[in-house]
Amino acid sequence: MPMFYDVEVTSRLMLGTAQYPSPRVLAEAFRRSGAGIATVSVRREAGGERAGAAFWDLVRDLGVRVLPNTAGCHSVREAVTTAQMARELFDTPWIKLEVIGHADTLQPDPFGLVEAARILCEEGFEVFPYTTEDVVLADRLLSVGCRVLMPWGAPIGTGLGLVNRYGLRTLRAQFPDVPLMIDAGLGRPSQAAEAMEMGFDAVLLNTAVAKAGDPAAMAEGFARAVEAGRLAFEADPMEPRDMAAPSTPVLGRAFLA
Amino acid sequence: MKITVNGTATEVTAKDLPGVLRELGYGDGKVATAVNERFVPASARSSAVLGPGDRLEVVTPRQGG
Repeated sequence: MPMFYDVEVTSRLMLGTAQYPSPRVLAEAFRRSGAGIATVSVRREAGGERAGAAFWDLVRDLGVRVLPNTAGCHSVREAVTTAQMARELFDTPWIKLEVIGHADTLQPDPFGLVEAARILCEEGFEVFPYTTEDVVLADRLLSVGCRVLMPWGAPIGTGLGLVNRYGLRTLRAQFPDVPLMIDAGLGRPSQAAEAMEMGFDAVLLNTAVAKAGDPAAMAEGFARAVEAGRLAFEADPMEPRDMAAPSTPVLGRAFLA
Repeated sequence: MKITVNGTATEVTAKDLPGVLRELGYGDGKVATAVNERFVPASARSSAVLGPGDRLEVVTPRQGG
């Protein structure tokens, strides 16, 4: 299993905790997914509201490791402050760093991302940057201290799958020893399987499971796909070819013409 | 004095951060705080004094992707 900052993960499938129809469905989806890591966030709360406490109780009952995010942050300062608050709330140095640069695509701001990552790494955070498949950006993130990268498959919440296979293959090939997980844009288990077949270490999903008609069943579907894809990667798939080649031996065929 | 709490203008009487949090009903809840966009760790709240116009953010754990 891959190591994320000296922690060996228990599953290559990670799940978000947002958008489920109910806490019960969320818990069932986690149970059937086998996910060992859950992404969470921090949000404003009014005095006496206690929604955060109830959610935290639910997450603790899941028995998973949490990965807080800085979702929705558009500036370095906002992301850094959010990360600092998340570290205190969740008592973990892990932070999924999002610095959004474009409203319609939710594409990361590469300049802000590197700067925020640099500050947070210097402050002792273990940063999981939400990034693109850009190899130069990846190199910069590693140079400021990131030891895990989270390239997108497609824009958040789109379910489009792996829209730039060439870019993702290149990223995987350029950084063979860096844990890489596909974060965002996956909609179907087949897309997760493809990511795993390409050699990515893990996938992180939220909308694809939470917004499925049956989130728990979809969570299990993704879990099986991730396992199948990883097995296929480890098994060294055959190379595709243009010409047909009979799989059944030609020798010994009955002559019936 | 009037401060801004989570984006809403709010009248408070306490001046220190722990007092303001108590006054607003957060009690001993699991919250993290920032004043004027700067993180204030729980360990530093007792020495954090608020003034008129300050912007207080109070956040808790929430669902995320």
